[in-house]
Amino acid sequence: MPVTDVQHDLDALTLTITADFAAPVERVWEVYADPRQLERVWGPPSHPATFVDHELAPGERTTYYLTTPEGDHYYAYWDIQTVDGPDGFTFRDGFALDETFTPNPEMPESQQAYSFVPTDGGTRATYVSSYATAEALQTVLAMGVVEGASSALNQIDDLLASRAA
Amino acid sequence: MNEPTTREREDQADAWFHALADRTRRDILRRVLAGEHSVSTLARSYDMSFAAVQKHVAVLERSGLLTKRRQGREALASGDVEAVRSVGVMLTELEALWRGRISRMDELFASDTGTDTDTQTSTDTTTSTQKD
Repeated sequence: MPVTDVQHDLDALTLTITADFAAPVERVWEVYADPRQLERVWGPPSHPATFVDHELAPGERTTYYLTTPEGDHYYAYWDIQTVDGPDGFTFRDGFALDETFTPNPEMPESQQAYSFVPTDGGTRATYVSSYATAEALQTVLAMGVVEGASSALNQIDDLLASRAA
Repeated sequence: MNEPTTREREDQADAWFHALADRTRRDILRRVLAGEHSVSTLARSYDMSFAAVQKHVAVLERSGLLTKRRQGREALASGDVEAVRSVGVMLTELEALWRGRISRMDELFASDTGTDTDTQTSTDTTTSTQKD
């Protein structure tokens, strides 16, 4: 398994995952720079991703959508902040209202920082994802983007809504 | 209450990950989150032995996502909604998404060095020939 470390910071609502890839940093970078390669790895098989606009440069907005098993689309964007190819980049990840990719102000953004460092055997990648609130994290999971779309959390929202009623 | 140590938190995250990593256990969890079920009723829902289902319930119970009580001869299981909505469990679910992405990247890199160069006549092996 390429995943070598996982840190959950419950207070900062941050997930940090470290992975060692048997590929040089330039090759890892290429996956993120090339939307066609990125969509091969980004969405879970149940929710494939399609990147519409994608240029890794500060100030650019990447636009993409996930297609659900029912054929619905979840529109989302990345607001690229810093780019230091091939060593890493940072961005804010948020949900859009519709196919115009206008950010949905009611949906939370998350802060993402990816970095790639050369090792003897290839690349050590570190992915840091931070959420502002527990609700923000919950929203991301409730969108069904968890592997296999079988998030337990996903299933209980209706239940809780009906209880609260 | 004492703050859990980092080690305890990691052990807890491992227990959640183990509990949620199995399709049958996720299905059991969904059922018991919707309402209390006896373990024997749960067992009838799956094409596996009572003992096997009991084992899955025990894993969920140890992770803290499910609680059990006895009523006469029946063991009744219910899901802990608060635990499932806890930040720790949510980060664990997010971890599952990330592990999927990382393994897809790993497969992509493995295919680079494979023999999928059928249309490639060049002998240059250092650059990717992938084009849109």
